[in-house]
Amino acid sequence: MPGISASPGQLASAAALPVSRPADGIPITLTINGTRRQLAVQPWTTLLDLLREELNLTGTKKGCDHGQCGACTVLLDGQRINSCLALAVTKDGAEVTTIEGLAKADGSLHPLQEAFVEHDAFQCGYCTPGQICSAVGLLREGHAHNADEIRELMSGNICRCGAYPNIVAAIEQVRQDGGAA
Amino acid sequence: MERFSYHRPSGLDEAVRAVGPHGKFIAGGTNLVDLMKYDVERPNRLVDVARIPGLDRIEPLPDGGLRIGALVSNSALAYDERVQRDYPLLSRAILSGASPQLRNAATTGGNLLQRTRCYYFYDAGTPCNKREPGTGCPARTGRNRIHAILGTSEHCIATHPSDMCVALAALEAVVRVSGPGGERAIPMAEFHRLPGDRPEIDTTLAPDEIVTAVDLPAPRFPRHFTYLKLRDRLSYAFALVSVAVGLEMEGETVRDARIALGGVAHKPWRVPAAEALLRGRTAGKEAFGEAAAALLQGARGFGDNDFKIELARRAINRALAQAAAGKPQSVADKRIA
Repeated sequence: MPGISASPGQLASAAALPVSRPADGIPITLTINGTRRQLAVQPWTTLLDLLREELNLTGTKKGCDHGQCGACTVLLDGQRINSCLALAVTKDGAEVTTIEGLAKADGSLHPLQEAFVEHDAFQCGYCTPGQICSAVGLLREGHAHNADEIRELMSGNICRCGAYPNIVAAIEQVRQDGGAA
Repeated sequence: MERFSYHRPSGLDEAVRAVGPHGKFIAGGTNLVDLMKYDVERPNRLVDVARIPGLDRIEPLPDGGLRIGALVSNSALAYDERVQRDYPLLSRAILSGASPQLRNAATTGGNLLQRTRCYYFYDAGTPCNKREPGTGCPARTGRNRIHAILGTSEHCIATHPSDMCVALAALEAVVRVSGPGGERAIPMAEFHRLPGDRPEIDTTLAPDEIVTAVDLPAPRFPRHFTYLKLRDRLSYAFALVSVAVGLEMEGETVRDARIALGGVAHKPWRVPAAEALLRGRTAGKEAFGEAAAALLQGARGFGDNDFKIELARRAINRALAQAAAGKPQSVADKRIA
C-alpha cells in the first residue's frame, strides 16, 4: 500500500480552494455491519465518534471515553476492541461489527442477545451493547472454559448496575450451548 | 484533542524519516490516544506504523529463542502456543494486565513504550515534572498510594505500569530498535530508565528510533515460575506490587533465579545481587527472605504507599515459594496459591 499523508494545515489551506472543503477529511473505507462505506474522516476522529455522530449508529455507547468501561466495545475484523481508543483513520479497510449488526436480517436476535434477555443480564442497559459485543469476542477467542474465566475475560466491561452474576450466567449458557459466535 | 497531521508510511525507513521532532509513532494507540485526549501528549503528527510489513510475526531464532515482532498484539503473544509452552511466565504476565479489548489492540512495541505515569501526570491541571519539566512533583507530598518505593528521585515517583515488561525483564529479553543510524539491541534492563533529573524521558530509545522486535532467549523457566500481581481490585487494575519469578531447580536446591518487580519503580525492578543470593541455596523461607531484603534494599515510602514495602516483601516470599513448588499463580482463580 502506498503511503498516504494529510495535515490539518493542508486541509485548512484547501478551504480557500473551490475543489475541497476541510470537512472532507481523509478518505477511508470501512465495512460496517456488512455494508461497505466510503467515508472521509479527520485524523482525530475516533471510531466511536464516527459510528455515533456521523453514521448514527448510536447502539455503541460512550461511557468513560478512555478505554476503562468497555461500553464502546465493537468487533474490529472479528476482534473486540475499545472503539473510543481507535482513531478511525487508522482502521481504513477494516470490518466493523456493532450491536446493530448482530441480529440476523430477519430480525431474530443473536444467541447472546437472547441469553441477556432470558437471564435479565442488565438493569439500565447502557453497558449492554458493549457487554454483548465483548461476549461475542470472548466466545470467538475460545479461552474461557468456566465462569471464573468468563469473569476474568469480561473484566474490560463495567456494569454499574451490578448485573454481573446474570451477565456471567448468560454468557456461560451460550458457551455451553456451543458458542454461536 | 489537539489537531495533528496523519501519515501512513509504507516502510520503516519512511516512518523514521517522517516522524519529526514533535511527531509520534502510533500502532495500537491504546495509551497514546488516551493521553492525547487529556492533552498530556500533543504530537503535531502521527505516523501510523501499524501496517508496516514484517513486524507482526513471531519467529524462531537460531539459538532456540523467539523473535517477537513489534506489531504482534498482546493477545497474539500471550496465546501463542510457543510462548505458552516455553515462556509461560510471559504469557501469564500479559494476561494479568489490561483488559481483553486492550490486549487485542495493544502491540508489543507499544506496551514497551507506554508512558511511565501516575494520576498527577494525567491531570493537566496539576504540576508534574514528567509532563511539564521543572514544575514540580505533587505526588511526593500528595496522594501516592500507587507510587514508587524504589529508584525514585526528588523529581518523580511514578511507576511503569506494564506487566509484560516485568516478565521480559525476568526473562532478560533484548529490545531491537531501528533508527537513522541503523539497528541496535538494548537489553531489557537498560531499555527503561529511572527518573533522575529527567523524568520526562522514560526509555533509552532515541526520539527517531523505532522498536522493531523483542528477542527472547532460549526457553527459560517453563516449570518453576510465577507472576503474582496484587492490586486494588481482582482484575483490570495496575499492580500495587507484582513479582515475576523464574527458577531453575535441582531437587530442593535453587540453581539459578531471576526476579523482577512491577508497580514499585519507574521501571521493572531487578537486583542481580538478590538473584545471586539464591544460587545453590535450599528453597525456603531463609533464602527467600534474604532475597526479598536484597530486592527491597533502600525502599522508601511517601506516606500513602508505605504499605508497599511490606506488601512487596511478602509478595516476593510468596512468589518464590510458588515458583519453587512449580505452582504458579492462576490468572482467573484469584485465590493466592
